[in-house]
Amino acid sequence: MITLTNLLSRLPGGTAQGLIYGIMAIGIYISYKVLYISDLTADGSFATGGAISVMLIVSGMHPAISLFLAFLAGMLIGTVTGLLHTKGKIEAILAGILVQFGLYSVNLRLLKGSANVSCNPDRFALLISMRDIPQALLIVFLIAALLVVSLYWYFGTEQGCAVRATGCNQRMAIAQSINTDQAKIIGLALSNGIIALAGGLMSQFQGFADVNMGRGSVVIGLAAIIIGEMIEKILFRNHRSFYIRLTAVFFGGIVYYIIMTVILWLRVNSNDLKLFTALIVALLLILGNKNQGEKNA
Amino acid sequence: MLKIENISKTFNKSTINEKKVLNNLSLLLNKGDFVTVIGSNGAGKSTLLNTISGMYIPDEGHIYLDNKDISKLKEFQRAKFIGRVFQDPLMGTAADMLIEENLALANRRGKNRTLSIGINKKERIIFQEKLKSLNLGLEDRLSEKVGVLSGGQRQALTLLMATIQEPQILLLDEHTAALDPATAKKVLSITENLVQKNNLTTLMITHNMQDAIDYGNRLIMMDKGKIILDISGENKNKLTKFELINKFNQLTENTLENDNILLSR
Repeated sequence: MITLTNLLSRLPGGTAQGLIYGIMAIGIYISYKVLYISDLTADGSFATGGAISVMLIVSGMHPAISLFLAFLAGMLIGTVTGLLHTKGKIEAILAGILVQFGLYSVNLRLLKGSANVSCNPDRFALLISMRDIPQALLIVFLIAALLVVSLYWYFGTEQGCAVRATGCNQRMAIAQSINTDQAKIIGLALSNGIIALAGGLMSQFQGFADVNMGRGSVVIGLAAIIIGEMIEKILFRNHRSFYIRLTAVFFGGIVYYIIMTVILWLRVNSNDLKLFTALIVALLLILGNKNQGEKNA
Repeated sequence: MLKIENISKTFNKSTINEKKVLNNLSLLLNKGDFVTVIGSNGAGKSTLLNTISGMYIPDEGHIYLDNKDISKLKEFQRAKFIGRVFQDPLMGTAADMLIEENLALANRRGKNRTLSIGINKKERIIFQEKLKSLNLGLEDRLSEKVGVLSGGQRQALTLLMATIQEPQILLLDEHTAALDPATAKKVLSITENLVQKNNLTTLMITHNMQDAIDYGNRLIMMDKGKIILDISGENKNKLTKFELINKFNQLTENTLENDNILLSR
């Protein structure tokens, strides 16, 4: 039965997942909107983050430390994509696809050959879990806030400004003696680090890591970015700043997830969900580009 | 100051489109030389500047700056010593960043980019003063995005950025060509002020014969990847546009009508 209570009862869980996707979207934002690089590594690095976090927790590590190591692993993955792109002169999209493709095997290895490994909250101390959604909401929210503040600080530093300049105008950046290869690698490392962190959070929240859990990360991230930009446009017409932008992207992830929950609640066959997602994101991208056109005119 | 030794550059080597753009070219610039560069399209002017800046690596020859061989350095590494302004006003600045952020990036040219704050209060005051000297009213607009500025304002800002950390050489590649005549004149006078104030060694490409005569202390003419005329000092001061066009026709045996039009513009 489709009832409003049914929908509402689903929402908090959806919101928590949305928050995690919001964190991932912040990672995608760095490659897509700060560096202006379409990096498709995310689908792989998200799953790697999940796999590392779960495997470490299962082997007895503290869940928070496992998240930190997931973050570092993501940075390493981003560095690989960055090196392929800058030093190997492979197109960014292709470099990302290659890394993401290869990561599938790496992730299977991490999961000791099985497609998914669970970390039951009854047996392991987890940072967040579906069992306790209010706590999960609080912790994810705190992590997101910490992330937004740190990124705001970082992109205001000399190095962060150099990364932004590289994305904004590479020729200008080179003329100002910025090592643009290095800047791109740093940006991609940071981006994938955050994405892997989100993967780690997701695996703890759902209680398992799955080799396919990253599938669609890029699409979801893009959706969150565009929804976030719309939120920003509507709510903060004249007060746009990097803080607000990142926060908006984060909330974009939540809104996206609520939309998806509503679609599922409408009894859309879950097999068709990816098609719906693709359509919605395409629509959002078209709308976003239209607004851009008006702005420039 | 700048010593260019027998550099050659060929594009599309061993293809049907092979083109020798720089042909065993040598040039010596003294400290404080302000050199205007003229020549028809395809003479190799821009390639010369882009080879100095490191965008192209010459097939042969060496480039020395202050007796240091910079031929092997990458473009961003050479940017430590070289200030540049491009023809396209959009190219020299980051449109999505603030005016003060652009200046702060330029103020760190040649320095390590650390994790300390990207722009500080002291700098803002300096930027304000420097912008004021441009006389374009930009001093009160530090926290506006560069994207909202006009082409002329952006070129003036780029000039300031190219010189805020004193470069050993300033490369101007037709930096006023995309501007309307009045704005071009203003940007040229800003250029002259900055060059004179800092006694900068400068190479300026121009398509405008009169500007080539009016500005700088030395003039070189290029054709087919070589320098075919090099006039300085008194001789340059006496030069007229008419003489320059005549010289051009003499020196480049078969002059295309096209070039005449371009050069006398």
